[in-house]
Amino acid sequence: MSDALVTASRRTLTPARGPDSVLPVTMDRVGYTINGVTLLDDVSLRIRQGRLTGIMGANGAGKTLCLRLIQGLLHPTVGTLSHASGPVTPTGRRRIATVFQRPVLLRRSVAANLRHALKTYGVPRAERAAMLVELLDLAGLRALAHRSARVLSSGEQQRLSIVRALAADPDLLLLDEPTANLDPYATRMIETLIRQAEARGVTVVLVTHDVGQARRLADDVIFLNRGRVTEQTPADSFFDEPQTAEATAYLAGRLLL
Amino acid sequence: MILRILVLLTLVVLAPLAQASDRFIVVQSTTSTENSGLYGWLLPQFTAESGIEVRVVAVGTGQALRNARNGDGDVLIVHARAAEDAFVADGHGVKRHDLMVNDFVIVGPRADPAGLKESSNVTGALKRIAETGAIFVSRGDDSGTHKKELALWRAAGLDPTGDDGAWYRESGSGMGATLNIAIGMDAHTLTDRATWVSFGNKGHHAILVEGGPALQNPYGVILVNPEVHPGVRAGDGQIFIDWLLSPAGQAAIAAFRVNGQQLFFPSAR
Amino acid sequence: MGDAIAEAFRLIAVGDAALWEIVSLSLRVSLTAVALACLIGLPLGALLAIARFPGRGALIVATNSLMGLPPVLAGLMVYLLLSRAGPLGPLELLYTPTAMIIAQTVLVTPIIAALSRQVIADMHQEYDEQLRSMGITTMGAVLTLLYDARLSLLTVALAGFGRAAAEVGAVMMVGGNINHVTRVMTTTIALETSKGNLAIAVGLGLVLMLIALTVNGALMALRGTQGAARHV
Repeated sequence: MSDALVTASRRTLTPARGPDSVLPVTMDRVGYTINGVTLLDDVSLRIRQGRLTGIMGANGAGKTLCLRLIQGLLHPTVGTLSHASGPVTPTGRRRIATVFQRPVLLRRSVAANLRHALKTYGVPRAERAAMLVELLDLAGLRALAHRSARVLSSGEQQRLSIVRALAADPDLLLLDEPTANLDPYATRMIETLIRQAEARGVTVVLVTHDVGQARRLADDVIFLNRGRVTEQTPADSFFDEPQTAEATAYLAGRLLL
Repeated sequence: MILRILVLLTLVVLAPLAQASDRFIVVQSTTSTENSGLYGWLLPQFTAESGIEVRVVAVGTGQALRNARNGDGDVLIVHARAAEDAFVADGHGVKRHDLMVNDFVIVGPRADPAGLKESSNVTGALKRIAETGAIFVSRGDDSGTHKKELALWRAAGLDPTGDDGAWYRESGSGMGATLNIAIGMDAHTLTDRATWVSFGNKGHHAILVEGGPALQNPYGVILVNPEVHPGVRAGDGQIFIDWLLSPAGQAAIAAFRVNGQQLFFPSAR
Repeated sequence: MGDAIAEAFRLIAVGDAALWEIVSLSLRVSLTAVALACLIGLPLGALLAIARFPGRGALIVATNSLMGLPPVLAGLMVYLLLSRAGPLGPLELLYTPTAMIIAQTVLVTPIIAALSRQVIADMHQEYDEQLRSMGITTMGAVLTLLYDARLSLLTVALAGFGRAAAEVGAVMMVGGNINHVTRVMTTTIALETSKGNLAIAVGLGLVLMLIALTVNGALMALRGTQGAARHV
């Protein structure tokens, strides 16, 4: 499929979520300082339901930090992070799931990993068996269900990580450079999976260095430079007409920190 | 699969061993009666007759007395007259009875480098040891043997503790361990005959000094006082003591032989 | 030494009833103690690895130090507890296998706790962010880590078993080495040594080592059947 077709067909697929959705997630003038070093400064952004947000920037710009803050693994030093209903709650946090760059899988079989996730996310016991099969099929891993998760290829492990996150039936899925270590074929499979996740109503935030991937998937782009948001625009305008010198240099492969 | 094996193993391991009869008494004892094999010979006869199992904790006179003072035993069998009398006087024991006697001997290298065989009695022998500085291993553990050894030194007018670490070595251990040390060091030591005769590691050692009233070794048996230590199995304990002191029990003691030698001589009155 | 090896074979070949009584009691006491020590020590070690609370550092130092608790001291402490003159005297547990199990559990629990803490702490580094992002509870994290570390923890349990099966000071003190009741392999070795029967003592020691080898070998085989490539 050509990129344009993919983009077009994707946009109509994301169904709405219920009233308990945590989206939109808002960061209002958020800063994060540790050991006297300010890693994020005056960051304001909004993640909207149904639009895939790509977060881009040079290494060390603070992209992963943003994901951690949104997931609730860290707390802002200044400013506020809020969910749709207002303040962040543990219940709200459970409706957000993260897939890290390197998959952290349990030393168990593929199926056992998913069962563990279903249990941890509090999926009712009666529904777990059915969801397990559904997730295995979604990832195309049914044949490998009883294999140890750790002997899978990188691509298979990352697919497992993504469907594991989907076991939470999250409103928001955060992906931190999920295809950074994968070959083009595996990358394609991950992107397909992302689109399938969106089809289930999951909103996706994607940190990526892959400009082509961002063009294919993102509706909006947030560009971070040295801990500050320098651009926040719909994807098309970002790629075609970047507003800042840093963004231009980054896209051309010339940005050094 | 693994779970099933583990469960099976657990059941096998935890399955209670065949339980002995419900009636039993605990005897706190010196070690010579255990190590020589006397109990192995004697106790089954008692159990067959009475149905009472006798559980022996053979830890040496000193510890046996301490355990009994805590009430952790029903009957006491030791060989330290003064300590036994004190035990009863302090109210921990009901009455001390003469049970049996044997004797102590001094063992050392068969070649007798210190010339102990030339002395006429044990006092002379100890003096020779002190003079020649021949290594002597002491129990050093407050046991009956240890107390006897100290009394013998005193009777000879000697105090070897001044040479502690030189030729006088305190093992702080039981008779068996002390004998092993003496054999290993080619040294002399005082031991009761029963333990020596049945000892399996004699090396090149032999009995060098024996005989005489000073080396007599009387054993006593005492019932732990149920009034001071409630929980003592006084009834069954007394049955055991009565049997030991009876003609049948005394005859059984006399009949015990190791290598054809009688090791314990009944002395009940 | 030749005598000892011959003696060891003779004892096993003859199927000496007394020997098997002693062996089975040794296994029963030590395996039970290790099981109890794991029940207490594994969650404790995992909590020490994961949770943060005031005094945690001191508790870790204490647990590590208790790995060096002398068996005879553990035995003495349990004896004072169970003696008729002591607080638990009325329970009449002294000079029974139960007392020996208690003493060995006291000895082995610090080993299990201290070693599992290290194992879990290392795994925690790896898993922490992922598990937290899933909103897991502390108890959930403890169970997850314990299960995932199961192979390393098996080695920890074996270390505990080695300690229990090899010690003599504690079981001698609280068991009394009573024939047919509380006599185990190590106390029998001590007894035969004190009778000067050195060949028998060493022979028994060899039998004890053979048992340890068998236990470890069996567990290694069990691990093997899981499939070599399954667990990285």
